[in-house]
Amino acid sequence: MTEPHVTIYTSDSSRTTSAKMIRAMFTDLLASRELAWRLAVRDIRAQYLQAFFGILWAFILPLANTLAWVFLNSSGIVSVGETTLPYPFYVFTGTMFWAIFMDALNAPLQQVNAARSMLGKLNFPREALVVSGVYQTIFNALIKVGLLFIVMFFVGVKPGVSLIYFPLGLASLVLVGTVLGLMITPIGVLYTDVGRGLPLLMQFLMYITPVVFPMPEAGMARLLFSFNPLTPVVSTVRDWFSGQPPEFLLPFILVNLFAVVLLLLCWGIYRLAMPILIERMSA
Amino acid sequence: MSEPLVKVEGVSKKFCRSLRKSLWYGAQDLGREIIGNRSGDRGKLRPDEFWAVKDIGFELKRGECLGLIGHNGAGKTTMLRMLNGLIKPDQGRIEMRGRVGALIALGAGFNTILTGRENIYVNGSVLGLTKKEVDKKVDEIIEFSEIGDFIDSPVQSYSSGMVVRLGFAVAAILIRPDILLLDEVLAVGDIRFAIKCLNAVRAMTNDAAVVFVSHNMHFVSSFCSRVMVMRHGVPMIDSENPSEGILNYYSLIQNQAQQSGTGEAWVHDATIFSSGDLQDEVEPTFQQGAEISISFKVDVARPDTKASVLVYIADVAMSPIYCIQMDDAGNRPLQITDGSYEFSLDFGRVELSSGKYSLTVVVKDDATHEILSRMQGIAPFKVFSDTLHWGKVTRTVQASVKRTGHTARDVSQ
Repeated sequence: MTEPHVTIYTSDSSRTTSAKMIRAMFTDLLASRELAWRLAVRDIRAQYLQAFFGILWAFILPLANTLAWVFLNSSGIVSVGETTLPYPFYVFTGTMFWAIFMDALNAPLQQVNAARSMLGKLNFPREALVVSGVYQTIFNALIKVGLLFIVMFFVGVKPGVSLIYFPLGLASLVLVGTVLGLMITPIGVLYTDVGRGLPLLMQFLMYITPVVFPMPEAGMARLLFSFNPLTPVVSTVRDWFSGQPPEFLLPFILVNLFAVVLLLLCWGIYRLAMPILIERMSA
Repeated sequence: MSEPLVKVEGVSKKFCRSLRKSLWYGAQDLGREIIGNRSGDRGKLRPDEFWAVKDIGFELKRGECLGLIGHNGAGKTTMLRMLNGLIKPDQGRIEMRGRVGALIALGAGFNTILTGRENIYVNGSVLGLTKKEVDKKVDEIIEFSEIGDFIDSPVQSYSSGMVVRLGFAVAAILIRPDILLLDEVLAVGDIRFAIKCLNAVRAMTNDAAVVFVSHNMHFVSSFCSRVMVMRHGVPMIDSENPSEGILNYYSLIQNQAQQSGTGEAWVHDATIFSSGDLQDEVEPTFQQGAEISISFKVDVARPDTKASVLVYIADVAMSPIYCIQMDDAGNRPLQITDGSYEFSLDFGRVELSSGKYSLTVVVKDDATHEILSRMQGIAPFKVFSDTLHWGKVTRTVQASVKRTGHTARDVSQ
């Protein structure tokens, strides 16, 4: 008979040495695989069973956004700078990639909030919720990417060999989104202000990221664009997808390296936070 | 085998009355947890906080079952949540040795849009099982839950009873824990299914250390080898004798007399007494088997009425155990008219099992069937017995037994 697993709960902080904690984190991550998959399948099925338009919802919003911007640009209400790609295609890819990023960003808080009753009653690896969110984001992203390829074919943009890097770009979108989402989750579970303020902040952030118009040539706006860590991410993904030489390759690599470090940190905080959040969720 | 599976030492937990402050304290605790120096303020309370659980300690070995009883808000469920690792204690230490299973939230994690079968798999993986493991048990679960053909319909279309039945079946069949936590789960479905659950849980408890939370003293007395009574988070008594614990719990129940009826009669000064009164400060306590007498006074104000008087002995849930009919000297049902009366009757031996009881006295107009007065919960008293009995009433009889030969069957099976 194997030595039974002993668990100890005290009032002390569960923070331990980094090595010990990281080992525990990955053990739980491994243990949550099956559950994360089940939860993702459950949520995706439920979501599409209950929606008449089904997977259309994965791209209806970006599509509407594209149409709005193409209209604004062509009618001269807003004048957008020169783009190397056809403008409608530029906007469409931008909004699609932005939508994938936003999915990833929203997922952790959404998943934790949706699982409140389960969290308060059952003990399961908390990582499962985050991983399940990532699975769902990837699923929705694949639908969007499928549509992107169809549109690319019709617009006549030729992708280059750089397309092989494109999955890396998608992974980066999901990674950066998940990191930011995980970062706001602990406080967002306590205070709904976070969930409400987020769309506002992200809308602003979208306009200083090359999503619907390219990076301005000069001025204050250019400065904001270049300090925005999302600029290299979105533009590199688009460049790889459409066969352009990536303009911000080095910043892209740096942002992702930083995101990986931040992910470990935010993940650790998320683990420590869970028992405290659960206590406040259902007192 | 003899090593305790559950070790709880001086565990306390604070809660906060105000939501706004609670969230703010949560944010503070979060910060401290991340910095790494949280210690529950060394037992100090912040404004609006109170102790939901205070200084609980116990140890449980395999095969033992601890019953946690107490009123709503006594901290029983909070204690279970700490044992299950859902929330952290603010003071003290909990050590759990082995696999922990909780029958607490039946059907938590069910998605109502999906079918019962799909939900079995989801719930199974929440409980930490792989698809293969669930595959082996899925038919057993469906059979136990008695869902039948509905198993492939969305849970949305289930009755509430079906949902809890499925929830119970999934948890009870899938988990095989060393430490089992049970929270009021036995009141599942109709009475027949509840009995089935009871037997399923009993099978699980044989081989585990069990913490059992219930308001049903019948279940507590039949499951538990120990009882801890909690009140406002504080352990009142931790007894190896469940009936002592249960009696202690009963004494916490505030007895409240309630009157109903037309108000044209009045029952007062009801007392129960015996020579063998164990002398409780608040309520008379009798040893099971003691001879008791009842006396009370009745005033009837309705003129020219013919009223009958009925006395009931009710248990703590106000369900009547004994109905006492009174005859007059001529063996006819006793009737009174307006005026003041003093009643006294010899009840005889108390055959009631240990527990808390009270009297209900009803004065009824025999002609119109109107209730002139119905006094409930008066003259509360307790019965104590050293041994635990199953029935509500225990009677010792002399039996004549004759040995008629050898049995053909092997009884040991």
